[in-house]
Amino acid sequence: MSSGLAVQVGHLARRSVVRTLRQPASVVPSLFFPLMLLAVNSGGLASATRIRGFPSDSFLDFALAFTFMQGALFATSNAGTDLARDIQTGFLNRLALTPLRGAALLAGQLGGVIALGLVQAVVYLAVGLIAGARIEAGPAGAAVIVALSVLIGLAFGSIGVVMALRTGSGEAVQGLFPLLFALLFLSSMNLPRNLIEIGWFRTAATVNPVSYLIEAIRSLVVEGWNGQALALGFGIALAIAAAGLLVADRSLRGRLART
Amino acid sequence: MRRSRFRSVALAVAWRNLHTYFTTPALVLPGLLFPLLFFATFAGGLSRLRHVPGFDFPAGYTAFQFVFVLLQSAAFGGVFTGFAIARDFESRFARRFLLAAPRRSAIVAGYSLAALGRWSFIALLITAIALATGMRVGGSGVDLASLYALALLVNVAGGLWAAGVAMRLRTVQAGPLMQVPVFVSLFLAPVYVPLDLLRGWIHAVASVNPVSLIMEAGRSLIAGDPSGIGLAFGLGGALAVGFAAWALRGLRKAESAG
Repeated sequence: MSSGLAVQVGHLARRSVVRTLRQPASVVPSLFFPLMLLAVNSGGLASATRIRGFPSDSFLDFALAFTFMQGALFATSNAGTDLARDIQTGFLNRLALTPLRGAALLAGQLGGVIALGLVQAVVYLAVGLIAGARIEAGPAGAAVIVALSVLIGLAFGSIGVVMALRTGSGEAVQGLFPLLFALLFLSSMNLPRNLIEIGWFRTAATVNPVSYLIEAIRSLVVEGWNGQALALGFGIALAIAAAGLLVADRSLRGRLART
Repeated sequence: MRRSRFRSVALAVAWRNLHTYFTTPALVLPGLLFPLLFFATFAGGLSRLRHVPGFDFPAGYTAFQFVFVLLQSAAFGGVFTGFAIARDFESRFARRFLLAAPRRSAIVAGYSLAALGRWSFIALLITAIALATGMRVGGSGVDLASLYALALLVNVAGGLWAAGVAMRLRTVQAGPLMQVPVFVSLFLAPVYVPLDLLRGWIHAVASVNPVSLIMEAGRSLIAGDPSGIGLAFGLGGALAVGFAAWALRGLRKAESAG
């Protein structure tokens, strides 16, 4: 990365990180809701561990992975809403008058997502461990969980950025939330896919990429090192991030058109 | 004369709210999507829970979850009406209601009617979908009518709770304050398995949560083995009356704020 680009990315990333962390309305729900659901589900679904073939004795261990996915959902909303606000207030137009490169804008904008993703991952992990979760893959596994979680946040954040660039509207970005929520729920979040009885639901969970993201994180907690699960999880997260960033770059060119 | 003024104000408020609701897809979708999603996820994705030792619900897991979804849609149908109230205050349209209405308490009644109208549409839809997916119903016509009456009380209570918050804060930013307590109350109840299959802290909390009683009573109705119905109706009625007082006090605060 050239020094000029690095400086641009640094400034915008700093702005994005500070702006994100200064908004309690962005930070608090993304920490509170996933942990609340974790508490409720790990208590309410504890009896699921008595189903034959259930992979863990602790539903807390099983459900911890879903918490990180929920955090990613908030990343979509936060990244997109912040950028949409920049578009609506004309800040992006002012940036277009500068020598700023598009890549710097994207990288900088997603800086806030990465910072929040890191905070979320560490908090979820800490709370999970305090509540009694055990990570089979050990401390190295915990580090991989944090890394994968941040990557997933980046991937979903890029989707929010695309929506913001295409529509320039915070409401349109918020409109993504129900769709992503549906994706989250129609996955293997509550039971392993092989234990889902209903055929159509099992099929939906199997074709849903979110299932593999959850299963990758879950494999580190429940099983240890499962190469296939990790490869699928990282592969899908990278694919979503790459696709998101590519489309975002194309969308940005239209927004930053200089007259 | 006073009764007709009350009625006309309530109907006017309800009509406006319902008209806005049914002509704005962005308002209809969340109220529809979440119950359907919960139904699909829980009844579809968690049906294997019926094999947990000790799970004994004759009507089947779909009916078991349908009751939760019905009550959740009722509660949130009320909460989303609270959002509408907050929007009316934020846009200052609510001030016109306050100026024009000879009986201002009718405004609260109107919003409650609107919440009921919105929920009726959703309840009809989710019932049709549940039946279409093969849900078994063990209860009689009276049992089912009682189930929907119980859900109606939950809708009224949820709407009045949200109305009270909306009238006090008068901003859409108050949305989470309306939603979160209702969401937490619903999920700290026996959502996935019956109360006696819960263990640990969740069992202790669910045992004292009034929503648990209402949920278990609803499930007993759909199973055709009514139990705890009187207490559930009493609780639902008490919640509705209590939140009505909460909403009316909120209206007074909104009036004095100008």
